[in-house]
Amino acid sequence: MFDTLKSRIFQGEQFIKDIQNAPMREQFRGLPVLKSTNCDSCKKCLDVCPTGALNINPLSIDMGKCTFCGMCRNVCDRNAINFSNFYKLASTSKENLIINDRTTKEIFYKTAIEVRKEITSMFSKSLKLRQVSAGGCNGCEMELNATSNVNFDMGRFGIDFVASPRHADGIVITGPITKNMAYALEDCYKATPDPKIVILCGTCAISGGVYQNSDETDRNFLGKYKIDLYIPGCPVHPLTFINGILDFIKSLK
Amino acid sequence: MNWDNTNWLRVKNCEKVNLNDIQALDIDDLRCEIISMCNVKGLRPVGFFGKDWGMGQVKLFVILGDDNKNNSDGEFYVTSSLFKAGIKSYECITNEVPSFYNFEREFFEEFKIKPLNHPWLKPLRQNQKDYPFFKMEGEDIHEVAVGPIHAGIIEPGHFRFMCNGENVYHLEIALGYQHKGVEKLMVKAPSNQLIESVAGDSVIAYSLAYSNLMESMKGISVSNKAQLIRLLALEMERAAIHIGDLGAISGDIAYLMGASVFGATRTLVINTMLEFSGSRFGRGLITLGGVNFDIDEAKAQRALNTLDKVEIDVSRMVKTMLKNSTVMSRLEKTGTISKERAQESGLVGMAARASGVNLDTRFDYPNKWIKELGLKKCNFEGTGDVNSRFRLRYEEIIQSISTIRKIFEKLKSFKNEPVNSGYEVLNKENSKDAFIISATEGWRGEIIHIALSDNKGNLTRYKIKDPSFNNWYGLALAVRNNGVSDFPLCNKSFNLSYSGFDL
Repeated sequence: MFDTLKSRIFQGEQFIKDIQNAPMREQFRGLPVLKSTNCDSCKKCLDVCPTGALNINPLSIDMGKCTFCGMCRNVCDRNAINFSNFYKLASTSKENLIINDRTTKEIFYKTAIEVRKEITSMFSKSLKLRQVSAGGCNGCEMELNATSNVNFDMGRFGIDFVASPRHADGIVITGPITKNMAYALEDCYKATPDPKIVILCGTCAISGGVYQNSDETDRNFLGKYKIDLYIPGCPVHPLTFINGILDFIKSLK
Repeated sequence: MNWDNTNWLRVKNCEKVNLNDIQALDIDDLRCEIISMCNVKGLRPVGFFGKDWGMGQVKLFVILGDDNKNNSDGEFYVTSSLFKAGIKSYECITNEVPSFYNFEREFFEEFKIKPLNHPWLKPLRQNQKDYPFFKMEGEDIHEVAVGPIHAGIIEPGHFRFMCNGENVYHLEIALGYQHKGVEKLMVKAPSNQLIESVAGDSVIAYSLAYSNLMESMKGISVSNKAQLIRLLALEMERAAIHIGDLGAISGDIAYLMGASVFGATRTLVINTMLEFSGSRFGRGLITLGGVNFDIDEAKAQRALNTLDKVEIDVSRMVKTMLKNSTVMSRLEKTGTISKERAQESGLVGMAARASGVNLDTRFDYPNKWIKELGLKKCNFEGTGDVNSRFRLRYEEIIQSISTIRKIFEKLKSFKNEPVNSGYEVLNKENSKDAFIISATEGWRGEIIHIALSDNKGNLTRYKIKDPSFNNWYGLALAVRNNGVSDFPLCNKSFNLSYSGFDL
């Protein structure tokens, strides 16, 4: 027992105190920063982009498709494409995820999330989520698990992952939605009591990502039901996820 | 090991051979050959897959692994057999060599050529809704069905337990829910980003297996520095995931102190990875021709300091746990799989090593750095229970950290080398009619990638075998005669990939 106590003392405090302003390492690839004046339309970036997230004329990146691999930046000789370490990438609309050269982090953050009164009044103090992995590679799943660890400790905001859809206020979908998981996902959605929200977590869920051309996916679910929040990333960083949810339900303000 | 047998082509890890040099045997002869090679000479199946050969024909490729037996490097034995149009069956191999069970199921599902008398010919990745589960009769027998969606945040799969009270007689695992057509996509548009998303916990290992293969196929050279950084990332990944799994095992036995400490320690390692590559799991680090990011001295020093702390924290916690009788009572003799069973069912990687089957691709099919860094395969005396897998993980974490230190030391001598040789210079001439096997030891075990190309140099088949393909059945065996409540613990101790199995 003394050893256990000793381990506890050596650990000290691990949690990130101010999660909304948590520092991020500069190497992190977050919100893209584009300079179309530097672009000479050489199209090298289009050749290396694995998901077709990029457009030139005018230069733009769709974060819903982007895997944040950074290859476009690596091949760009003219510094037209960069990735900032800004990690608050969640948005309530898919269109907002398309970044052009006028998008700065301030503009993006201000417009990305539309706060809805009914959501705030219902979920701002407690939000229980059921996660469904529908073809996820375990990258987003590991990061979602990390949101509950001692560093990020999402539970302190009243946001938790629960075991049953019956206990949940919403579902979080990861993965491109495979044919073999489509019916289970729909069952899970139907088993969640109203009112409920649907969150797409990660590039695969939002656009199919690197699996967008696969014959083995069935994404009809997304056409049928309203999607409330898009959280891009490959995989989604825990800070991106937690801040996305907090801004959506506004529990801190 | 020196027998002359012209029926098999002997290939080294990542060695490019001409597709036309591979013999085509009659299937009955091939079957006899496989049985004698495996049961008499001790080889094991590494690949067994079909390829559409035009005009309704299918070519079956068989790869057997001859693991470093006489202190020389291991080799793969490759041969093939052509199924003419209309031939829709053959006598199965599984009854003679059990470790072929999944390979034959896969071949049947993809090409509808039936292995006759196969004992377990059930769907592997398709038609999960009509899966014919094994049934047990008896008044006291009840079934527990779990999945595809599980209680935690994990990937989907269905588990069906046949229980007598709390006791599990049999567990059947039905997978395939994650099937997303990776192999087909890899032929159409191969990329590092796609292969990194096959199993998101083995990003580096997958990307490395793919890059080694394509570089060998296209004749791209990689600088010493880039090779070392790749190896370093592979060991970082091993250490990080193993630490996370120690935490998960602690969580499943309700030892929350362990879950917290290992969770926080894993964060240190993956944040170091973030510093190296911009991603916590190393995405975007490896590319064809090298790596995308250099590690400068300041970063290296910070990483070394972090790893010192990680080593101390992990060691302290593990030692505390192993002294604790309530912890040990949960770990010891839970989920045991004997060496004989492990060998028979063809387990690989960490799970096999915990049962005393000493397979490790890093040392069995080594590259030059394994020798140059003086790395030694550690002989782990395991009994195949959760405790063994727990302790083996700990030993591998310590071993990985010491390897990383050696690599940082070695990196100093290649300071001025480039990290990327430039992937644009691709020579298609090189990659005509190629056949390549690439094996990489991820933290779970051997990751095998096999590629075939046509006479124009384009990929025509890309085959992936995750260690989970071998090991899921090991989990089913391990939980027999355990309490059903110990299943999560057994499951975490293996921590197999659903996505890597389902592809």
